[in-house]
Amino acid sequence: MMREYLSLVLLAVFVIVNGVGMILISHLILPPRPTPVKQTPYESGMPPIGTVRERFSVKFYLVAMLFIVFDIETVFLIPWGVAFRQLGLFGLVEMLVFIVILLVGYAYAWKRGALEWD
Amino acid sequence: MTPDIKGFLLAATVKIVVVFSVWMIAIMLATWLERRGSAFMQDRLGPNRVGPAGLLQPVADGLKNFLKEETWPKWVDQPLFLLAPLMSFIPSLITFAVIPFAAPLPGFDFTLPLLGRFTYQGPIPMVVADLPIGLLFILAISSLAVYGIVLAGWSSASKYSMLGGIRSSAQMISYEIALGLSVITVFILSGNVTLSEVVAAQQRTVWFVLALTVAFVLFLVSAFAETNRLPFDLPEAEAELVTGYHTEYSAMKFSMFYVAEYAAILTMSALIATLFFGGWDIPFTRWDEGPPSVARCAATLLAFGTKTGFFLLFYIWVRWTLPRFRFDQLMELGWKVMLPVALGYITVIGLVVWGAERVGVALAPVLIGLNLVATAGLLWGLDRGRLLAGARARRAA
Repeated sequence: MMREYLSLVLLAVFVIVNGVGMILISHLILPPRPTPVKQTPYESGMPPIGTVRERFSVKFYLVAMLFIVFDIETVFLIPWGVAFRQLGLFGLVEMLVFIVILLVGYAYAWKRGALEWD
Repeated sequence: MTPDIKGFLLAATVKIVVVFSVWMIAIMLATWLERRGSAFMQDRLGPNRVGPAGLLQPVADGLKNFLKEETWPKWVDQPLFLLAPLMSFIPSLITFAVIPFAAPLPGFDFTLPLLGRFTYQGPIPMVVADLPIGLLFILAISSLAVYGIVLAGWSSASKYSMLGGIRSSAQMISYEIALGLSVITVFILSGNVTLSEVVAAQQRTVWFVLALTVAFVLFLVSAFAETNRLPFDLPEAEAELVTGYHTEYSAMKFSMFYVAEYAAILTMSALIATLFFGGWDIPFTRWDEGPPSVARCAATLLAFGTKTGFFLLFYIWVRWTLPRFRFDQLMELGWKVMLPVALGYITVIGLVVWGAERVGVALAPVLIGLNLVATAGLLWGLDRGRLLAGARARRAA
């Protein structure tokens, strides 16, 4: 069984060597020759105004937090799905309870406007 | 080294080199197909000068990118700026490792001068690494691709890149949930996460596109969002963000994002074919399930290629059919439609599978009937504007 992971490691090494090699060869063929204009960040041809490191909408953090909750739910559901036939009625009821608990949280998040974008 | 280990290493190396090369050529053909296909749909010619029908255009593009000077804008975070293309290139080219692409080949036993004897007992599975964790590996590694995009957006220190990066992080994690939830129903029916077992389960019963149509629809929509393709290409919406997260990239580093994007599309096409369309299974015959042989391997490889190629074309077809979503519509679809539908569908499938086994009726006809009704209901509901605000507003106007 561990053998299969060996071929995966071989593939990973192969891909990493390829990727790093591509960047390295391209860099060696023509090293960067920077000039002040070349180094300016692209802003549709205008001189850049202000910096990029500014605040952005807190909504994105909220989405990330909701993602963690539901992704963990997915992680719990995967082994249940695989073992579904062996678990029988007990597993089904257990998971229904679990989904209902999560639905309460989901309904709360929806009600509080966590899913709204304006 | 024993002959057995040598045989395994030989088989593994040959498989890796051949599959990787074929995959890279397929990516080149995909970029060619995208440009020619787009041109065809817009009634123009597309690239047709380099090689027959422009087939060598991707080679010319690759060579050009090799020889171009790379730019390093002033404020970039240098280590992350360099790491980002690798972070999207490497995961997208590793994920296909667990997808079985043909019926197994017979084992071998031969002796070479100097190198000695090579043996391989039993059939050689036509998959780079037949991991027992199968699909979980794809879910895990393809999630890493989001890092490449977010790091590229953040480290470029350009406003367009930054916006593209944070947009895509929100989009990809939102649709990853629907993607993960939709495959759980596949696990319920196949009872296994290994993709070769999923294919075998479909050979025993029916293709899961018939038994799990709603899951297929959810998976397809999420796959479009995960690969940042139209109608969900907000991270690189060219009308708003130039090219989004890779605006500041040039030369080979840009090429790597490009390759990664098409590799992700190909992997998703292959995954849709494997999960819902029987993988390398040839429909209406049981010939392909016989003992391993070269003919079976070649025929099933062709079947797999056809299915994957169809979904690749489908990606391009959809691109020129549907307009881009607005960001709030995108998030609304992901969180308010896909997520509850996926959760409800898991519950329904769980109840039906348990009930059918309890009563003792055949599962496949029940599921096909149920899915016809469910898919019709879902499409009707979406179209009537009951679930999407945009459609509701349109009806009011």
